Amino acid sequence: MRYVIQLFIIICFSFAGELLHRVLPFPIPASIYGIILLFSALELRLLKVEHIREVSTTLIISMPVMFVPPAVGLVNSWEDIRHNWHEYLLITFTSTFLVMAIAGWTTQIIIWRRRRNRQKNDGNGKNNA
Amino acid sequence: MAESIYLGVMLTLGTYCIGLWIKKISGWTLLNPLLVSIVLSIGFLFATGTSYESYAKGGNIINYLLTPATVCLAVPLYEQIEHLKRNYHAVASGITAGVLGSMTTILGMVLLLGMDHQAYVTLLPKSITTAIGMEVSGELGGNVPVTILVIVITGITGNIFAEKFLRLIKVKEPIAKGIAIGSASHVIGTSKAMEMGQTEGAMSSLAIVTSGGLTVLTASLFALLA
Repeated sequence: MRYVIQLFIIICFSFAGELLHRVLPFPIPASIYGIILLFSALELRLLKVEHIREVSTTLIISMPVMFVPPAVGLVNSWEDIRHNWHEYLLITFTSTFLVMAIAGWTTQIIIWRRRRNRQKNDGNGKNNA
Repeated sequence: MAESIYLGVMLTLGTYCIGLWIKKISGWTLLNPLLVSIVLSIGFLFATGTSYESYAKGGNIINYLLTPATVCLAVPLYEQIEHLKRNYHAVASGITAGVLGSMTTILGMVLLLGMDHQAYVTLLPKSITTAIGMEVSGELGGNVPVTILVIVITGITGNIFAEKFLRLIKVKEPIAKGIAIGSASHVIGTSKAMEMGQTEGAMSSLAIVTSGGLTVLTASLFALLA
């Protein structure tokens, strides 16, 4: 029974997201509206994580399986990329690793810099005392 | 037999289970369950002469769960929000750099390889999650099924190589790892980030949402460049 309620709550947010997606003129997908709504509900304490814990965890863990069907759709779009599939593949690999490096380094450098500044400030504070 | 919607469901779940099992006994990360499942499913369709349409009737049922599952990413996000508030600058800069880096790289490589405009806009949303990527691609006149495929390959690449690659390039901070994985390889990469740790998983979820939104805002401008 508990899981049915959990699933019901999650489906409600998905539906509300879908509704916003249809009504509002922005090119934002339903799932993003859903995330924003669910997050807001949690932040505003309208809902507790406990109310959806098990089902949400299960859905998140199972996510990779949900990509199998669209990927199998390759059998239908193969004709479109038959001639330059290797170029698509090259770009896909290269940019994936580059983006990972750019985003990771940028984030890390800023975290380290702030940490160093904070330590320096702490050090100064001690000297002054 | 092909009329049954359970065929697609069974094939998807069955091949994925085989994938999990192979990974368990081989311990080889390259044998990603998702990749194994895709290859075996396609192989099955060819071997039995089943059309994609009859497979998709069942397969789509599984795919429909993607929206509720994506919505659930709000949970790890909510639970880790303090981390985000404390590192707001680093996180925002990391994601922005990732999104701009992604589109610049694709622009550069498309020009270098002399590919056409349609190929360019098809590839442009490749690092963001399928739900958003499909819409961006469609809006700009891209080939949507190919976009989906490229997005899935990107995700699998991230899922398989993220841990080793991040160690190689010396990204050590859990927050930075999460942002890197989510920005580069969306939901499929995030399932790896979740295995690596709570902070990694939450930051990766955050990066999916934010980089998706940012791509929606900037992709149409980038589309004018080639």
